Amino acid sequence: MRFPARGNEDEWIGFGVGKFIHKIFAMTKQRVSYTLDSTLETVDNAEQTATRIAAEAGFEEDEVMRISMAVREAAINAVFHGNAYDPGKKVRLDFESTARDLVITISDQGKGIDVSKIPDPLAPENLLKTSGRGIFLIRSFMDEVQIHPSHSGTEIKLIKHVHGPAVNGKEASQ
Amino acid sequence: MSMKISNRQVDGVSIVDCSGRITLGEGSVTLRDTVRELLSKGRKKILLNLGEVNYIDSSGIGELVSAFTTVRNQGGDLKLLNLTKKVHDLLQITKLYTVFDVKDDEAAAVKSFN
Repeated sequence: MRFPARGNEDEWIGFGVGKFIHKIFAMTKQRVSYTLDSTLETVDNAEQTATRIAAEAGFEEDEVMRISMAVREAAINAVFHGNAYDPGKKVRLDFESTARDLVITISDQGKGIDVSKIPDPLAPENLLKTSGRGIFLIRSFMDEVQIHPSHSGTEIKLIKHVHGPAVNGKEASQ
Repeated sequence: MSMKISNRQVDGVSIVDCSGRITLGEGSVTLRDTVRELLSKGRKKILLNLGEVNYIDSSGIGELVSAFTTVRNQGGDLKLLNLTKKVHDLLQITKLYTVFDVKDDEAAAVKSFN
């Protein structure tokens, strides 16, 4: 079990739909989920929650930083690019911890990202662009990144291995 | 911690002291407004002191790039001073370390504008 046993499970619930989250966490102790508004506050809260959960899952400080930055970037994409700050659309944030991995899934209700159109921010012609680095940073910071776009939104799964990246390949699939 | 920013003049160079986080929202807007204000006053030699910036996201990186190109397009120059390790590493992996003129000594950085 990666999430440590806690005397007060409510400490895990920093925001979101509290009772629902509490119930899930109380049942499994390994998974926590949030349903969030499409706001800047959500981006900050997602980052802070990722920092806390990654630290409590036992990752070292530098890895915690990378995980929280990846989650922040994914949350920015969901709130800003996916849901476009639409108050009627929600962002779902799931943390699941196993003996091998910390898996974080962020889903939006936008039109679905076209992965083939994500520019390479390291290409000389893109270096001075003011945007387009979010997915690149996420891939840089996590061991595996899976992007699943659909017409009803985009789901991005971020995986950090407890014992470091796998030998065969950094990115599982998209 | 939100971003705090102040600026001072040293030998014709505007040194902008930044602290906190340059991130989507307030931090990025504060930096943008400061650079625009300096340019509106004809101050085109800008040294961004990032020594107290402990966090920057992709939006903040974009704002640094925007400030750099805006100043350059007006015939000025913008350099970076005192990068923290986190910001240094981010500029390395995004290949922007080679784009920006990065300094670690304030006096030498000021002289380099002339």
